[in-house]
Amino acid sequence: MSQSLISGRAAVSATVNGEETSFLCEPRESLLEVLRDRLGLTGAKEGCNNGNCGACTVMMDGRLVNSCCVLGVEAEGSSVTTVEGLGSPAGLSPLQQAFLQGAALQCGICTPGFLVAAQALLEKNPNPTEHEIRFWLAGNLCRCTGYDKIVRSVQATAAQLRGEA
Amino acid sequence: MRAIQYAAPTSVADAVALLQQFGSRARVLAGGTDLIVQMREYACEVDVVVDAKKIPDLSRIELSAEAGLTLGAAVPCYQIYGHAEISAAYPGLTDSASIIGGTAIQGRASIGGNLCNSGPAADSIPTLIAYGAVANIAGPGGLRQTPVEAFCTAPGRNVLQPGEILVSIHLPAQKARSGARYLRFIPRNEMDIAEVGVGAWVQLDAAGSHIEAARIGLGAVGPTPIFASAAGESLAGKAVGSEALAEASALAEAAASPITDMRGTAEHRRHLVGVLTRRALTGAIERARA
Ligand SMILES: Cc1cc2nc3c(=O)[nH]c(=O)nc-3n(C[C@H](O)[C@H](O)[C@H](O)COP(=O)(O)OP(=O)(O)OC[C@H]3O[C@@H](n4cnc5c(N)ncnc54)[C@H](O)[C@@H]3O)c2cc1C
Ligand code: FES
Ligand code: FES
Repeated sequence: MSQSLISGRAAVSATVNGEETSFLCEPRESLLEVLRDRLGLTGAKEGCNNGNCGACTVMMDGRLVNSCCVLGVEAEGSSVTTVEGLGSPAGLSPLQQAFLQGAALQCGICTPGFLVAAQALLEKNPNPTEHEIRFWLAGNLCRCTGYDKIVRSVQATAAQLRGEA
Repeated sequence: MRAIQYAAPTSVADAVALLQQFGSRARVLAGGTDLIVQMREYACEVDVVVDAKKIPDLSRIELSAEAGLTLGAAVPCYQIYGHAEISAAYPGLTDSASIIGGTAIQGRASIGGNLCNSGPAADSIPTLIAYGAVANIAGPGGLRQTPVEAFCTAPGRNVLQPGEILVSIHLPAQKARSGARYLRFIPRNEMDIAEVGVGAWVQLDAAGSHIEAARIGLGAVGPTPIFASAAGESLAGKAVGSEALAEASALAEAAASPITDMRGTAEHRRHLVGVLTRRALTGAIERARA
């Protein structure tokens, strides 16, 4: 049935934040719409809906993606991690804690994307330079705080994870 | 976005059958970083999306010293710059793959998609032209090949016919003392569309003192990426040095036909072609000697 065309709603199975999940969605729905409107995971935000702002950033099968530029049906069989998967209100991740302590957010719209993207960086590179952090996060835009506090919070988390702070 | 139908075939033959059935109403989906945005924002007349990522031939990387690199059309950028042997053998390709969009775009964006979207400023195409890459195309009539410099025909248009799919891109095997570099000029420090992009490839002689062959591709200075063949040919047999590079840069400037838009004036673009050609050649020569 490899040629079968999905036209109406499709049943999609994926692992979302570690839990096996299935949902129904139409082919035109983006992964961002699925996460927010069908799964109630409103952490990922819609900023631009065209790949430029990074507010919708999630992890999909081990790499960062803009979930507004992924179709929900493409998530079949994949593993997706959103900001909700990084920590819980009672148990914030070190990075989330550092963002709070470093005042790395104001309105918070960009924050879930920055957190997911920065977490992916730290897992790959526990000791990034400021330059590396800024380049890695170049696809995440923030209109409020400016980037210095965000970059410093990532640096502080990296130091903490390396046991230096 | 208007309603669409979606299929994820697992063979080139199945994909071709779908593309043939739906003709111009069907589009191939690789990373979707152009296509999904275009379907949403420009409401382009697409009814059927054929996801290419379940087709093994389009996700495969085949690399050998003798045969060169065959890059599946849907391989995303992050896999290219994360591949140590590709980065060592084809550093010019890594230059392009690591500046297409930001990190999350690179998680999905493919070189095949960059080529098939056929934007005048696409960052991989001048590099592919410089390497002498060839597009492997499958269609109802079987397989055919087109050199990348002949692939794009107008902004957003290319030689693909209804029913055809780009399967892979082949980059020739690299001999000792060859090197390539892609450079672009953008108004921002990162994540912007090129005002000008230049890809350069050189083959030096055994001593590394003379240029045996060179190829230069230009981006964002014409309706399609440009193969500046005269500029590359002018370098054949020349001693590496500022004189030869100046002549090639002037010929590259002459090959450009830039326009003025929000990213820069035609005059500035032409000037940049000269500067970037010199620098990209210098970078390619450094890599060839390393
Ligand atoms: C925020 C942002 C930043 C960007 N920055 C850059 C940049 O710096 N430089 C740059 O060059 N581009 C940039 N782009 C454009 C885009 O990311 C690239 O062109 C990318 O390489 C497209 O690849 P894709 O796999 O996502 O293609 P898709 O969107 O999947 O496809 C692109 C087009 O090619 C067709 N197609 C794809 N694969 C095939 C195939 N195998 N056979 C036939 N047709 C096919 C599709 O039908 C579609 O028309 C950016 C885009 C965004 C959203
Ligand atoms: S909402 Fe996806 S990148 Fe802006
Ligand atoms: S905190 Fe408001 S956009 Fe970043």
